[in-house]
Amino acid sequence: MEYLSIFVKGIFIENMIFAYFLGMCSYLAVSKTVKTANGLGLAVIFVLGITVPINYLLENYVLKEGALAWIDPEYASVDLSFLSFIMFIAVIASMVQLVEMIVEKFAPALYGALGIFLPLIAVNCSILGGALFMQDRQYPSIGEATVFGLGSGVGWWLAIVAIAAIREKIRYSHVPAPLKGLGITFIITGLMGIAFMSFMGIEI
Amino acid sequence: MSTDTAAATAKKESLFSKKNRKLLVDPLDDSNPITVQVLGICSALAITVQLQQAVIMSLSVLFVMIGGNVIVSLLRNMIPDRIRIIVQLVVVASLVIIVDQVLKAYQPDISEKLSVFVGLIITNCIIMGRLEAFALGNKPGPSFLDAIGNAMGYAWILLAVSIVREVFGSGAISLPGMGQVKFLPTEWFMSEGGFYENNNLMILPPMALITVGIIIWIQRSRNQALIEEN
Repeated sequence: MEYLSIFVKGIFIENMIFAYFLGMCSYLAVSKTVKTANGLGLAVIFVLGITVPINYLLENYVLKEGALAWIDPEYASVDLSFLSFIMFIAVIASMVQLVEMIVEKFAPALYGALGIFLPLIAVNCSILGGALFMQDRQYPSIGEATVFGLGSGVGWWLAIVAIAAIREKIRYSHVPAPLKGLGITFIITGLMGIAFMSFMGIEI
Repeated sequence: MSTDTAAATAKKESLFSKKNRKLLVDPLDDSNPITVQVLGICSALAITVQLQQAVIMSLSVLFVMIGGNVIVSLLRNMIPDRIRIIVQLVVVASLVIIVDQVLKAYQPDISEKLSVFVGLIITNCIIMGRLEAFALGNKPGPSFLDAIGNAMGYAWILLAVSIVREVFGSGAISLPGMGQVKFLPTEWFMSEGGFYENNNLMILPPMALITVGIIIWIQRSRNQALIEEN
């Protein structure tokens, strides 16, 4: 049940977009149509599902204080945690490069649609945010860290697909001219965030 | 990258020529990183509950941006195109580590409150966006000015949002050295038996989005050229 709880929490309660605003830049830029939003969302789930466990291993076997004790007990006092930013981002950047190559090879249409935004997943805050929250919350096992990564990814996907669907429809309504595009998207996201707050406190 | 801009800046010009002033002033309004370029939203929204946090965050971003823009601009002819993102990330990450360690040492409370958001300066799109769009194609001097301009454009939105949220959310602003400055007499507050209740919704995350939305609304009604098609 622990796994299910972490998964649900990642999607609804600690939603990357509505509770922490992570990955807002690509969320705002790629949410004009449901199709591209869906593609980017899936890419984020995939990258989070891979990078969070890898960074978990890195954190627990290399970076944390005493983590190097498995090599030799005399390294038990080494604390490399100040390097964690640079190590996490290196893992993320290389994984993103890999995903980019895979998508380019197997789904050229999607690659064309996502265009510039695929490399920008590397600087999508939600990916690094996932790694840093994982470090902050100290999950006890790699399984839980993976489920957390996938859950946050699904939450992000849900948010971007929902806003893209709303934006497709809102084109037909009379939005005040200065609010068109960016402004109304911000306000709708805020309202969705208020709606998502009603999930707060749910325990499974 | 854009060699024509590089060639244009190669001509000797004074530090405060018209073009350089444009680099500094444009990002404050016409090409504001947050409301127009849509970069760096994540941190802008998450840490604007209190003015103090917003100030520390703006200063950190200012430091990282200046450092990153100048260093990448110095290295721009040496960075192979294919791996430029990783090189930029390493430069930015090193600068952020410095900021993080300094904050942990001198401002432990604030560092605790900002939690993961200091680390997230690395992936703050403003920094990467300006590195990609400007520093890679321009000399260190203009890159320095561009960094200051964009960091200031970012900072003023942050300050505006955090002031609105803190004033309405907690009825007071906490300033360093002055403690909490209240805007209404203490006995007016509901907790003291008065009639005024703070709007707790303002402290919650969604209101940051709505506040920024309203700032965008105001800005675009003043400057019609920025209005989007849909």
